[in-house]
Order: sequence, then C-alpha cells, then structure tokens
Amino acid sequence: MDFDLTEEQRLLKDSIDGLLTDSYDFEQRKKYMKEKGGWSKAVWGKLAEQGLLGLPFAEADGGFGGGGVETMIVMEALGKALVLEPYLATVVIGGGFLRHAGTDAQKAAHVPGIVDGSKTLAFAQLEKNSRYDLFDVATTAKKKGDGWVIDGEKFVVLNGENADTLVVTARTKGNRRDTTGIGVFLVPADAKGVTRKSYPTQDGLHAADITFTGVEVGADAAIGNPEDSLALIERVVDEARVALCAEAVGLMDESLKTTVEYIKTRKQFGVAIGSFQSLQHRASDMFVAAEQARSMSMFATMAGDFENAKERSNAIAAAKAQIGKSLKFVGQQSIQLHGGIGMTMEAKIGHYFKRLTMIENTFGDTDYHQRRVADAGGLI
Amino acid sequence: MDLAFTKEEQAFREEVRSFFRDNVPPDTRRKLVEGRHLTKDEMVTWWRILNKKGWGVSHWPKQYGGTGWTSVQHYIFNEELQSYPAPQPLAFGVSMVGPVIYTFGNEEQKKKYLPRIANVDDWWCQGFSEPGSGSDLASLKTKAERKGDKWIINGQKTWTTLAQHADMIFCLCRTDNNAKKQMGISFIVFPMKSKGVTVRPIQTIDGGHEVNEVFFDDVEVPVENLIGEENKGWDYAKFLLGNERTGIARVGVSKERLRRIRDLAGKVESGGKPIIQDSAFREKLAACEIELKALELTQLRVVADEGKHGKGKPNPASSVLKIKGSEIQQTTTELLMEVIGPFAAPYDLHGDDGSNEAMDWTAQIAPSYFNNRKVSIYGGSNEIQRNIIAKAVLGL
Repeated sequence: MDFDLTEEQRLLKDSIDGLLTDSYDFEQRKKYMKEKGGWSKAVWGKLAEQGLLGLPFAEADGGFGGGGVETMIVMEALGKALVLEPYLATVVIGGGFLRHAGTDAQKAAHVPGIVDGSKTLAFAQLEKNSRYDLFDVATTAKKKGDGWVIDGEKFVVLNGENADTLVVTARTKGNRRDTTGIGVFLVPADAKGVTRKSYPTQDGLHAADITFTGVEVGADAAIGNPEDSLALIERVVDEARVALCAEAVGLMDESLKTTVEYIKTRKQFGVAIGSFQSLQHRASDMFVAAEQARSMSMFATMAGDFENAKERSNAIAAAKAQIGKSLKFVGQQSIQLHGGIGMTMEAKIGHYFKRLTMIENTFGDTDYHQRRVADAGGLI
Repeated sequence: MDLAFTKEEQAFREEVRSFFRDNVPPDTRRKLVEGRHLTKDEMVTWWRILNKKGWGVSHWPKQYGGTGWTSVQHYIFNEELQSYPAPQPLAFGVSMVGPVIYTFGNEEQKKKYLPRIANVDDWWCQGFSEPGSGSDLASLKTKAERKGDKWIINGQKTWTTLAQHADMIFCLCRTDNNAKKQMGISFIVFPMKSKGVTVRPIQTIDGGHEVNEVFFDDVEVPVENLIGEENKGWDYAKFLLGNERTGIARVGVSKERLRRIRDLAGKVESGGKPIIQDSAFREKLAACEIELKALELTQLRVVADEGKHGKGKPNPASSVLKIKGSEIQQTTTELLMEVIGPFAAPYDLHGDDGSNEAMDWTAQIAPSYFNNRKVSIYGGSNEIQRNIIAKAVLGL
C-alpha cells in the first residue's frame, strides 16, 4: 500500500504544473476563451510538446505508456488551472476508445494526430432522454453494404464544435433501452449529413448539439463489436469519471486555497475576517470535504485497474458520488466566504464554482451514482 | 501509488483474524455485535488473552512488551479487532498513561507500572476534565500541594470513564498557581482506593453508567508518584492526546455496524417487505458506506505516510479522522434507529451493565444512538478539531 508518487510521476507533475503556471493564469485564460473555438491552439501545442497528449497511449502506438495515476496527475493540474482545452474529450475519452478497442488501422489513423496535437475528438453520446444511462441510445446505425448509416441527435457534446472526429454511440439492434445492440463509431466531423449547433457551456467550455442525418461511414468506422459495445462504453466512461474526479480535486484545492487567502486579507470590523471562528470552521469543513474527495479520487484511480468490472464500476460510482458532495460544499462555501465579490465574473472563484458544478452534472450526479452503489449491494 | 497490501501483510491479516476467531469468547463478541455493555470480568479476561499472545500493548516499544509492527500492521490489527468485533484495549492504560510513563517516567516507575498496565492488573482511569474545564482543559483547578514527602490533592474531576472499575488514576493537578495556566500543571498518578477519593456515578442519557465524578479530599500521595518533571504536565497531556491518531476514526467499528444494519434491514419489514428494499433507505445506507470508504482511504493515507516518513509531530490529519469518524459513527446509530422504527421505544428498566441477558436486542439500539452523541464531544470536541485544522493547516 502506497500513496506516494514515483520519481517519474513527480517529474510529470512538476512539468505540467510549471507549464500551466507560466501559461495559464486567470488573465491568460480570459484571452484563450476569446480565441476561435474557445481555447488556445498554442497551449494545446505546448501540451503536445511535453508529451502530455500522448501520455496514456502505448509506446508502440506512439504514446508514452502512462497509466491511471499519470492521467490523475494531469487532470488535477488541469483542474487547478481551470484549463479550457479538450483533454478529457480528446485524450481520455476519444483516446480511451482507441486504446481499449481500436484496430491497428484505427489507431494508425487517429493516434498520431492526437499525440502531436493536430487533431481533437469529441464524444457524441448524450441524447434528449438518456440522461445518465449509457445504454439508453435511440440514435441508429443501420447496415448498408459493408458500412453503416447513422441517424439521430446527440446533445451537449463537449468539444463538438471543434473536433475533427466524433466518437458516436449508436444502436445497431433492439430497442432504445436495451443493453445489447449498441455500437461505437468514428465519424469525421465534416461527413455529409452531420450538422452541428455550437454554444459555450456555463463553465466557459464549448459544446455542440449534433444531428446525424443519413450519415454514411465505412465498415472500418466501428470501434469494437458494433452489436455489443456497452461494456466498452462503460469502461471508457468510467475512466472519464475518474479523470473528472481528479479534475475536481484540483479545482477544490485551488478554490480552498483562494478562499483561505481571501479571508486572511479581507478586513471588516478592523480585522481579517478569517479571524472569525464561524468562518474558520467553515474553511475547516471545506478542508475535510476536499481531503475526503482526494482520498476517493486516488481510490477511483487505482480502481480503474480492477480486473472485476463490477467492482471497478462500483468503486468509481462511489468516488463520483463522494466527489459530487464534496465539490458542492467546497464550491458553494467558496462563494459564501468570498461574499459579494464571489458573485462577480471578475473574481476567479466563481469560475471554479461553475466548473465544479458542471462536473457534478456530467456522467452521473451524486444521486445517480449513490443509487448505483445502493443497487449493487453497497460498498462494505 | 498502489492500494494492494503485500503478501506478508495479507498473511498477517489472516493470522490476526484467525486468532480472534479462536480466542475471543463468543459471548463477548455477541454482546458487542448486539451493542450491549460488557462486564468488567469479560473485558479483563479478553485483555489478558490478548496480552498472553503478546498483543496487549502492540504499539509500545519492544523493550516494554510491544510488537515492533509496522504502521500498516497496526492498522490491520485495529481494523480486524474493531470489525470482528472484539473489545479494544483499555485506552487509558495502554494508549494514554503507558506511553507517558515509558517516555517521561523514571526506571522505577516503568518497572512498577508498565507490566501491570499490559496485563490490566491495574485498571486505569483518566483525571483530566473538571466541571469548569472541558475544552479549556488548561484552566483546571484540582490542586496538588507539596507537604514533606507527600502531595496533598484537593479538587474534583469529571467525565471519568469507568472510574467505578479503576484501580489507578492519572491526574492533571495544578502545582503552581502563579505560572501561566499551561505551565503550572503536573502529571500525578495514585491508587483510587487512597483515602479521600470518592467516586460518584453520572447517569448518561442512554441510562448507562460509563462516566463518573471523582472527588479528592486531602488525598495523600507519595512524591515519587509524580511522572516526569513538576509543572510539565501539560506537555505530557498534549503528548498523550496526540498519540492516538488513526485509531480515532474507528473505521472498523463503523464497518461492523453497517454490516449489522444491512443484515437487520433484510429482516425488518416496512411496507410489507424488508426495509432494505426501500430505495430511500438503501440509498441512505449507501451514502454512509461511501463516506466511510473515503474515510478509510484518508486513514490509509495517514498510515502509509507514517510508515514512510515516521510519526513525527502530531498530524492535523487526525482532526479530519476525528471529525468524519465521529459523524459516521453517529450516522450508523441513526440508521439503526431507522431500521427498528417504533420498536426503538421500549425501555428496559433493568438497564444494561453487561449482566442483563433478558434484555431484548432492540432495547439497546436507542440507548446506543443516545450514547453515540458523545463521540463528537469527547477527545477534543469536533469544534476544537475545526480550530486545530484552521490554525495548523490553513494558517487562519
């Protein structure tokens, strides 16, 4: 049992922290937000230069063979700096599908572009009524010759606006809520029949609602078994949840730090408001919540390697539920302790709060995951 | 980072577990599972079994009878002990006064007291709190005056846990009235049967008799019963309180209780079916289990850190463990109340001193809920723990 980073992992942490300290303060972030697509190609290029975009891929595929802990380190750092760039959509999720189920040809076609930063991906999964159920898929992929024809609507596709390739879940068989008959398809974003309606999200990222109308793709577009890929989707989304947990820990760390600094300097009644016990206790509770979240983020990261899929997803569900509770408390209290200034766009704390809040509503909220743990028979 | 225990650690867990299986008296275990109190004999019998095995004072230095285990082994031992469940060693002797004596006492004191603590030949109690000195412990007033070769002790202690069983007390007494309040305190030990010691029971809201008031009326104590230096008692008290770190989370205790809740919830009906099938209840139970898992991981982080970098100074992480650990313990007793519903009400007039076998199992559930309100109060209330985090961690 060991919770320390290896020497190599520490170096990785130092290097990404260093990069973001130099190129991602709050003012710089505002500029990146205004760039086309809502994030910085230059920063993305720097992440590629440091090998971070190739981190989880096997060396044989042009990557660096990093595991869950490496992704945790990166996501925590990205959270801490409130990074806008599509690491989750491209490297963790898009890359996840390629790593777990991509053929050699699919990997050859997509991984080099991810690693060198020239291509980004997006995961088109959410539907009008699917909410958090990954098996609830109404979009269809019908066989046509060797290939497939995709029809349906996907919503809130993160990085959907900018992605070169969309990873689309679609039903090849059965009814909307059947757990079999679901496939995963790689679709060029500029394919005929793809229309994207783009918009910024509450936390300053960008997403798109995407309609697929008679979109034709070849036989080689399917990743994994086109008739039975739910387990694959669950595996990759579990990894995305773990990554979000780590990002949330980074966000909470920075929120707590910023808030504590603020109450140490903000004076009322002639003293720093941090000298008041009611505020001290609130900050202590925020610390407790953040530590519990950090523990569960580590647990989820290590659970990512569990052989038993049920144990793995139960552990990750527990982590997402715990982190949801913690982030709500830390986020809300950060605003409260900042007082009026916390309500302004000008102060950075509100932006952390908004990103934390959106994480709660991504890939299952606290209630959803708590229910999953309950239905699985608990955790003891 | 790696969650797995080593092969040796897993083998150690098996060894501990099978020792408990073979050696904890079944009645003792059953009573703990049912949330009943134990008699003094039952406790002492078990502690002597443990001591005979060499595990009675496992965390003491080897020369005083300790095991030399790693932090992870201590963690495993505690977790297995709590979740089997078996009675935990008597903290007042084993975790509190023992370490003070082997760290600050003289050779004679070590020889005289340590083996008797390990074998519970002496049952120790703690004379710290006073009616006017709770969280502000350093304001204590009990006085020890030097007269020739004796201390003359006058004053009153309170919340003295299981003083009714105790042979010995370790006491914080004021020995210098003119010094700053933390500087004039000494650490003195003496027999409870000394002339002038009176123990009066305090009945707590659960109906039980766990704590007492202890009065000292011109109690004469030989001067050699001072531990360490005169007027340094506050330092020893801080040492003693900081010593108990990861055990305070009581993760094993909560785990065992959650297993019991799950078991009972499969039997007790609500709406014509077992209450475990009620989704609202089940989700509440899951929420508590998730919090406990997070706490267990937090505790493991502290354990792993101690194993690697040594114990060093008291770790503010212990405040996190205390706050969360006590909240979770309280939640588990709430969930038990919820499971039995209206049958929480009947009160057993005979009480439970460990001998009332006729008592229905449901009769102890409400008292246990009432009694567990204490866990966020004792050992430095959770508010004090928040003060510690604010100062020591956040620098406020």
